[in-house]
Amino acid sequence: MSGLHPPKPFPEAARDKVSQPQLRANLRKVTHTIREKRLRAVGEVPHWEELRVLGEATKDATLANLSDRLLQLEASVKARGGQVHWARDAAEARELVARIAESHGVDELIKVKSITSDEIELNAGLAERGIHAIETDLAELIVQLSHDTPSHILVPAIHRNRAEIQALFNRELPGEGNLSDAPAELAGAARRYLRHKFLTTKMAVSGVNFAVAETGTVCVVESEGNGRMCLTLPEVLVSVMGIEKVLERWEDLAVFMELLPRSSTAERMNPYTSFWSGVTPGDGPQEFHLILLDNGRTDVLADATGRQTLRCIRCSACLNVCPVYERTGGHAYGSVYPGPIGAILTPQLLGMADKNANTLPGASSLCGACFDACPVRINIPQVLIYLRGEANEEKGVTAEALAMGAVGYAMSSGWRFEGALKLARAGQGPLVRGGEITALPGLLGGWTQSRDLKAVPPQSFREWWRQREGADG
Amino acid sequence: MNVDLFITCVNDAMFPRTGQATVRLLERLGHEVRFNANQTCCGQMHLNTGYREGALKLIRKFVDDYRDAEVVVMPSGSCAAMVRELYPEAARWGGDTELLREVEDLAPRVYELSEFLVNRLGVEDVGAYYPHRVTYHPTCHAMRVLRVGDAPLRLLRNVRGMTLLELEGAEECCGFGGTFSVKNPDVSAAMLADKTRHVLDTGAEVCTAGDNSCLLHIGGGLHRLRSGAGTVHLAEILASTEEEVFA
Repeated sequence: MSGLHPPKPFPEAARDKVSQPQLRANLRKVTHTIREKRLRAVGEVPHWEELRVLGEATKDATLANLSDRLLQLEASVKARGGQVHWARDAAEARELVARIAESHGVDELIKVKSITSDEIELNAGLAERGIHAIETDLAELIVQLSHDTPSHILVPAIHRNRAEIQALFNRELPGEGNLSDAPAELAGAARRYLRHKFLTTKMAVSGVNFAVAETGTVCVVESEGNGRMCLTLPEVLVSVMGIEKVLERWEDLAVFMELLPRSSTAERMNPYTSFWSGVTPGDGPQEFHLILLDNGRTDVLADATGRQTLRCIRCSACLNVCPVYERTGGHAYGSVYPGPIGAILTPQLLGMADKNANTLPGASSLCGACFDACPVRINIPQVLIYLRGEANEEKGVTAEALAMGAVGYAMSSGWRFEGALKLARAGQGPLVRGGEITALPGLLGGWTQSRDLKAVPPQSFREWWRQREGADG
Repeated sequence: MNVDLFITCVNDAMFPRTGQATVRLLERLGHEVRFNANQTCCGQMHLNTGYREGALKLIRKFVDDYRDAEVVVMPSGSCAAMVRELYPEAARWGGDTELLREVEDLAPRVYELSEFLVNRLGVEDVGAYYPHRVTYHPTCHAMRVLRVGDAPLRLLRNVRGMTLLELEGAEECCGFGGTFSVKNPDVSAAMLADKTRHVLDTGAEVCTAGDNSCLLHIGGGLHRLRSGAGTVHLAEILASTEEEVFA
């Protein structure tokens, strides 16, 4: 598990992925299916655009007073018998979970899908302390059993097909006999394995979709019921949330309960929505801890343009419509947050000096499909462009910066541009074959790997115009 | 109407016929067309690649060149989107409130060609004739930033002699993305491969669009495949008549 930190620059990681035909086919099939279903689910809501604006405004209002909201949440959770912890970074959050586990003598715990726990590399951190974390989301379990990492926020095993899962379960789930590749049979085997864990494990760790400050209510939205099992059966429950997940009022949930399922799974309503508040004697976990994780978020909040990233409700709609994600899958982004949202969130959480993460804002053709799909109207293309500027500030003078400077100089007046064009025409000579250029040198060589380039024609528009004006006058 | 042209650097240098077609078309519709030869580039490449200072210089230059224009029309959705959507952002990022005021004043007078014709002038039939099988690729910036809607298709449907063929996955990006195509060549090529396959599947002789940068990309892919199909800018189709097919 790499957590947030991409091990490679994006273009390099993408090259490895783009060349895998099975992966490309798996990704294309799933993203196109979800994409079309989402359009139908969204099309059913006549006031969808107003809802998006409301989602945006609600999140922005909370973010504008984030510290007040968090203090209010802390007080509400404590009033209901829960305990609240603040974690500045991933290491502090891991330490908090490990200590709670150790205080109960636990060496095994169950988890409901939580990207935040992946962000802090919780499983690996716990393993170092001799504590085994078991994923209970079916797709997360597939990823965990195959010693892989998730490739999608919502469909973590999007990159695996049925035959691959059949082989995996036959190898990793002993006592199940020889499973066929029928989805029901594979799901049944996972259910038997997990049910035993639900009923015998004392502690669970969950993520958080929303937390309501005024009531101290925590909420998880899921599809399989595994979450509800984790939230109700164990004696001890630890929920880890990024600080941006807080909402002010109970009513605020209504808008997100409509926006989130339709955007993510293209459902009118998700199958399981669980709410819990503190502890209730004799019912559910008797000890509840809420960990509030910063891990770079207050830095994002401080940036006027980047701040909108924290509106994200992790629906993954942007992944499913992104032409770049569709070709590379999530692993190319090298972080638990893949796709367009990952391309802006990961480098901001890590800081733009991170040499691999700061290539992520370049992982976009700026086609804008992500902005249209985003239920809370994060202008992802705008943030991508802004972050490319921030990354260049960090990099200082590069060959690219010098080239852009030269282009800028040539563009500073019409006559300089015309002069540069004449130079280009003279210089392209040796590269042109039949009006086309099939191989370019240096920084531009990437173009001609798979495309030809038209040669610069003998007369520019401005030369034609001048000739015409001359003829007229 | 007095129309100031912004021909864009790519059109000026690489696709002069597009500018010529734009002039011919607008003059045929009775407009007074002007070209300020001091114009160069809108600054999109600089801004999108993260060179804000370089972009700001070009943005200030654009404002200087077009401050007094009645309308500025350009045969490029992507450059129009740059002016309308990103000039204000760039001015804010640069902390230049005077420039912000100027670009907010100028932006509403800036149009991409098809939206100028259909949405501003209400013209859908420009009297064009083009006897070819054509498929239309809606470019991302015209579609999702400028929201030109079906303006280009309304114009194309009125072109006589032409067969308009529907493009599968039309709304998917072709993979150009400016410097994206050079910095992430593998992903860009994978996107292009799907686009050229869809173009060839239509059986069209010509793929058209409102932006020559996308067409440079799609055309470069079609040429590499030795497919026989090519690309032509929308303006060149609209400028063609029974007397002279422009492209």
